[in-house]
Amino acid sequence: MKNTIQDDENQRIVLRAVDIWKSYDQGTVTVLKGVDLECSEGRSVALCGPSGCGKSTLLHLFAGLDTPDRGKVWVNGAEVNRRRDLLKLLRHEIGFVFQLHNLIPDLTLAENCLIPTVAAGTNHRTAKARLMELAERTGLSDRLDHRIQKLSGGERQRTALCRALMNRPKILLADEPTGSLDEQTSEAVFDLLLELVASEGTTLLMATHDRSLAARCDRLVEMRGGKIREHAYAG
Amino acid sequence: MIFLKLIVTNLRRHRIRSLISVAGIAFSVAAMLTVVTILQGAIGMFSSILSNDSQAIVFERDVSDLFFSNVPTDAAAQISNWPMVEHANPVLFGIVSSAGHPIITCFGVTPTDARIVKAAWLKGDRNSFAQHADDVVLGERAAQFLTAGLGDHVQIGHATFHVVGILKTANGFEDGGVFMPLASAQAFFHKEGTSSVITIKLRSKGDVAAFKDRVNAKYPNLIALEDTEFTRTYSQFRILKATAWAVAGCGLLLGGLGVANTMIMSVFTRIREVAILRVNGFSRVQIGGVIFGESAVVSLSGAAAGLLVGSCFLYALKLIPALDGYVDATLHPPIMLVVLLLALLTGVAGALYPAFYAMRIRAVEALRFE
Repeated sequence: MKNTIQDDENQRIVLRAVDIWKSYDQGTVTVLKGVDLECSEGRSVALCGPSGCGKSTLLHLFAGLDTPDRGKVWVNGAEVNRRRDLLKLLRHEIGFVFQLHNLIPDLTLAENCLIPTVAAGTNHRTAKARLMELAERTGLSDRLDHRIQKLSGGERQRTALCRALMNRPKILLADEPTGSLDEQTSEAVFDLLLELVASEGTTLLMATHDRSLAARCDRLVEMRGGKIREHAYAG
Repeated sequence: MIFLKLIVTNLRRHRIRSLISVAGIAFSVAAMLTVVTILQGAIGMFSSILSNDSQAIVFERDVSDLFFSNVPTDAAAQISNWPMVEHANPVLFGIVSSAGHPIITCFGVTPTDARIVKAAWLKGDRNSFAQHADDVVLGERAAQFLTAGLGDHVQIGHATFHVVGILKTANGFEDGGVFMPLASAQAFFHKEGTSSVITIKLRSKGDVAAFKDRVNAKYPNLIALEDTEFTRTYSQFRILKATAWAVAGCGLLLGGLGVANTMIMSVFTRIREVAILRVNGFSRVQIGGVIFGESAVVSLSGAAAGLLVGSCFLYALKLIPALDGYVDATLHPPIMLVVLLLALLTGVAGALYPAFYAMRIRAVEALRFE
């Protein structure tokens, strides 16, 4: 069964996947089996499903980190795997948050956050101003010079969130962003995540196991066995 | 700033490994600097023997070594009468041994030779040189190691000579040498009627080209070269220089392998980090820049330490009495620059494969790497 899942028709589609197939280990493990998905600008979409159902793979395909065996993926109207400027996609159009924070331990919080701006060649003053703004909003202002080892799990994930948003991407892909946190911290980080994407008009596509968190997104998409099985809208 | 920090962060993480790599480059650079400087100094000293109060030398064409060169003494006499020539001094080189001293350089010279006339005579009278066939003048160091004083008789090779003077020269080879009357040297080395070279002083430096042409025309078996030209083209010097650079290069290659090893380990231990940088927008070139930057820091630190160690080593060599005068430890900026550049190039070469590997890391796979 193919499900073309789409937000309301008035919104611009920023993420689109059509008949995506993806397998690993020389085709012996098929993770995605004809996935179709569309996400509208400014909406938050939760991808739910058991481990191994292909949530992370789908996010990787949207970020251009991997290529589908079959099917096509578009981001902001451009087909990802035909783009010659994939770096632009990662630098300016998409931010990525992982389950494990994936910060560089020897750098400070501020330096970790500034990495995407270094990659993009952003003016240092502009980058610093953006860092201050995000740090203020995530409550990390007094931790900027702290090394990553000195931060708590929640602080690390908030740092990862800051880093992902540094270059003001219009799309945020989050792979189990609260998966490594305790329930209370998880709630707090997720609140912050939703608040940030809402205030910046960012589209959020988030893979998660946590149905209570997923229910707070505009849409919930259920994946099982490499396919999209059902979807639901908030409210 | 962050880019720089990314470059040095891994070096700080693995301090011992980084230090070993830096030490590898440092010792290679020190060895290179020492070998090349000593050799350049030696060549310089040998050249200065030839160019002592002269602008050109004449020797037998197509000989591989000046010790095998045979120049007729008559030629020296004729050349000295040319109007453009102020003086022409035949010099015969020879090597002999004596008990406990396997190599003693002998110079067969005329009484008017600058080595005799202009040297600082510590003992004896320069006018007494060549009064008798068995007269010799010793360099100060030769007098020391032969334990000979003025008026003594010394055994040199198969003959005994009478010491009529002891002189001091700045050149280690001359200072450790024995000066004989030319005729005595010719007899001693069975080279009657010949010398190894003729050292030429011209009345005007502008006459060098004309002088060379005239020698070529008059003596087809001989060749005249300006001193600087000789130093540059003499095959023995070129072989020595090539050998020195080759040996030094091998040392540097070993240092480079150390850098390569460090960089490979560095990349392997930060695969996930490279993936994080890629996901955050770092291009392959930027990733390569981090790796090459890291190797450049190792190489340049090693090179700086090596220059310091090498300079100290050369200075220490100068202080060893037995080497006094034989080692010219003057550091030449061009050599230092070449050594620095070679060290940097070695570091870059050592980082080629690791950088290539890092640039090809696929973020999506590397992020699964624990």
